[in-house]
Amino acid sequence: MTTTPTQDVQQKSRGQRFTSAAANYIDERTSMSGLVKEVGRKIFPDHWSFMLGEVALYSFIVILLSGTFLTFFYQASMVEVEYDGSYAPLKGIEMSAAMASTLDLSFDIRGGLLMRQVHHWAALLFVAAIGLHMLRVYFTGAFRKPREINWFIGFVLFILAMAEGFTGYSLPDDLLSGNGLRIIDGMVKGIPVIGTWISYLLFGGEFPGVDIVSRLYILHIMLLPAILIAALGVHMLLLVINKHTQFAGPGRTNDNVVGSPVMPGFAAKAGGFFFIVFGVITLIASTFSINPVWVYGPYDPSPVSAGTQPDWYIGFADGALRLVPPGWEVIWFGQTWSFNIIAPLVILGLFIATVAFYPFIEAWVTGDKREHHIADRPRNAPTRTAIGAAGVTFYAVLWAAASSDLIATHFKVSIEGVIHSCQALLIFGPIIAYLLTKRVCLGLQKKDREIALHGYESGRIVRLPHGEYIEVHEQLNEYERWKLVNYADYKPLVIRPNAEGKISAGQRVRASASRWFFEDRIAPVSQREIEQSKDEHH
Amino acid sequence: MADDHGDTASSTAVGTDVAQNSAPAHSAGTAVVATDEVPNPGFPPYRPRVTDLDPKVDKQQERRISGLFFISIIGSVLAVAAYIVFPIEPGNMDSVRNNTLFLGLGISLGLLGIGIGAVHWAKALMEGHDLVELRHGTRGSEETRAKAIEVFTLGNKESGFGRRTLLRNTLIGALVVTPLPAIALFRDLAPEGSPVPLLRHTFWEKGMRLTRDPSGTPIKASDLTLGSAFQVIPEGLNDSEHRIEEKAKAAVILVRLKPGDMEISEGRKGWSYDGIVAYSKICTHVGCPVALYEQQTHHLLCPCHQSQFDITREAAVIFGPAARPLPQLPITVDSEGYLIAQSDFNEPVGPSFWERPL
Repeated sequence: MTTTPTQDVQQKSRGQRFTSAAANYIDERTSMSGLVKEVGRKIFPDHWSFMLGEVALYSFIVILLSGTFLTFFYQASMVEVEYDGSYAPLKGIEMSAAMASTLDLSFDIRGGLLMRQVHHWAALLFVAAIGLHMLRVYFTGAFRKPREINWFIGFVLFILAMAEGFTGYSLPDDLLSGNGLRIIDGMVKGIPVIGTWISYLLFGGEFPGVDIVSRLYILHIMLLPAILIAALGVHMLLLVINKHTQFAGPGRTNDNVVGSPVMPGFAAKAGGFFFIVFGVITLIASTFSINPVWVYGPYDPSPVSAGTQPDWYIGFADGALRLVPPGWEVIWFGQTWSFNIIAPLVILGLFIATVAFYPFIEAWVTGDKREHHIADRPRNAPTRTAIGAAGVTFYAVLWAAASSDLIATHFKVSIEGVIHSCQALLIFGPIIAYLLTKRVCLGLQKKDREIALHGYESGRIVRLPHGEYIEVHEQLNEYERWKLVNYADYKPLVIRPNAEGKISAGQRVRASASRWFFEDRIAPVSQREIEQSKDEHH
Repeated sequence: MADDHGDTASSTAVGTDVAQNSAPAHSAGTAVVATDEVPNPGFPPYRPRVTDLDPKVDKQQERRISGLFFISIIGSVLAVAAYIVFPIEPGNMDSVRNNTLFLGLGISLGLLGIGIGAVHWAKALMEGHDLVELRHGTRGSEETRAKAIEVFTLGNKESGFGRRTLLRNTLIGALVVTPLPAIALFRDLAPEGSPVPLLRHTFWEKGMRLTRDPSGTPIKASDLTLGSAFQVIPEGLNDSEHRIEEKAKAAVILVRLKPGDMEISEGRKGWSYDGIVAYSKICTHVGCPVALYEQQTHHLLCPCHQSQFDITREAAVIFGPAARPLPQLPITVDSEGYLIAQSDFNEPVGPSFWERPL
């Protein structure tokens, strides 16, 4: 199909003429063609786990859209009003304008309840998707240079997402969210020196006051989203600059990216996936009720229902509060030291800080200064994977502890038993998980070696002439084998004296940390080994 | 098969040897240098899809995808129809449910049709070859870095930022101090005065009647049978200006026990009336209402973090993260037989705070 330019112009349809005129108009005013040239055919590698970050991004867009709808009807005010909407059981009850407008939004606005549920489900999914995305990045080592900063920004996004969740959760001013705020108030008061005053300023006087809802509202719809969107922008920008990681595969190296181009393949898949995420959230929201505040009623400091649960992502913090043994409070120098608050806060703080700074810690321990663009298979970094498993276990125990009462009533065991088990698990669980995971990883690496060298069991049993039965092993082809053998092998760092001939304490610590990290290792299969094993088989 | 799609300069086709496009060997860093590495086999041959091989299937898929887009259109129209057909009738919960359900299903269909259609289009019909792009180190080129350093050097030279240390240091000092007014501005988030005295007192006063929560009807000692528990608020609380704030401190749980079952310490001999005791309902852990009373064991359980208090032992903590017993409200009866408070609580109620013992 070769056409001369003149023919081309004549043959252009009206649509094509419009498109090129519009493109020309925009480019002459924005230099857009440069951007399209740069980004339009950028390559994105494909793997199902790369979708988790996308889920987070798209559910955030759903949150923005549905949240905007909610703001048109919601009133962030704690002024007491008498409810006069169409939900009969609460008619005539005194409640805040926030609660009343939430009920009106749910029961008197068509699609209002749907949008509330879309918003809430999307928020739950948002935090969950971020969490899973972080786990994917962690376990594949995708946080290594040059992506340490982006890991940290992602971590900030995770914290902001939880803050958004909590502030939003408190806005309806219902019984459940009021109790949530009560817990926050109690925790803040337990902070040494400044706690009492912080609580006083936060609530605008005594708990609950009449200010907290409108203050949380402005945080929820302006300040936090603004920071979140800015951080998200930097996160995406760094993603483009660093390019996406890819899993090891035939033809893939640390120096290339293999995948589909933004235009059209990736754009179609990602754009389509946005609609799928939106659609699934809407489907869940239209069929499953979430946060039925009318069942709980307006906030009142006296009643509370048994089995109260925070939204899932706050669970780990609530669980940490529950696991403190009785009596952790002392009076020193005439002041109250509420260690039943301080201890969980410090432990959670350390845990979160470890997550935030893990890439920098690992980089120091390994002394690795290279760029990494090939995602590790978790088994090929046994110590990191084991640390991750320990962290997940720690989080999971705290999270389970937040449902201690429900576990007790559901499985008909004593609440004391559940709490004591969780306390023990919190300490021993991560250790067991660490040891187990490390062994499993090393075992899997050994299995990979075995398969790479001797092939896989074909399931075909053959009887040899002298009567012996053997199972025939099929060799892998070189493409399949490559996935199993292509990973970097590390040895512990060697302590070297510095220029003055001394070995510093830092060096020693680093060397022992490195030994801990890399001592147990399975070397990847080498070419010679493959050849040797071929000889054996022939 | 070397079919370069010729789209991007840096893209090379699949199936070519990688050795060509892999950058020169770089430092192995701390990794063991593998001298005997298994060589990268290069890209595997492209496995054609059914749609690549069979034009019939290609057409069929095209029809299927456009079908999905049609379903999307129908879904969106149905959503609008549902908005009208299933209005909310005031007071009718079924109508709310139907409105939510059918509106939501319509919208979901509209969205999922587009989404599944687009993804299916990309996977089944769009060019399926993987493309390759080269990575370049994130670090700027030596030339660029030299330029950047030059920019900073010039900036420093032309401004004298490094040389005029007095200017620089006073500027830094000024910048550090400027946020101070912003911090001061936040003082009036809360009213004047200290929070501490507020936390020490509740609505309870000498002679104030104990009334039921939430009705506010006074309680006679004779109303309480053995083992029963009442949720209590002070008389007049419902008409108070700061009803909720006061209730958050003054809520009380009232229980009648056998006088013989109770251990009473020296100072509290006269605080109960005929086995009737009143304890603050606000948990000493983080302030949830300790609302669950177990009649058999005389234990009070906080539903938030499962702290348990033993009423027979002056609400001592027997389990959970709470550290202090619930404060006791001294009570007695007035001449008409109604339960009244002897005084306010003798200690601050609710969660601990820094200045509490002072």
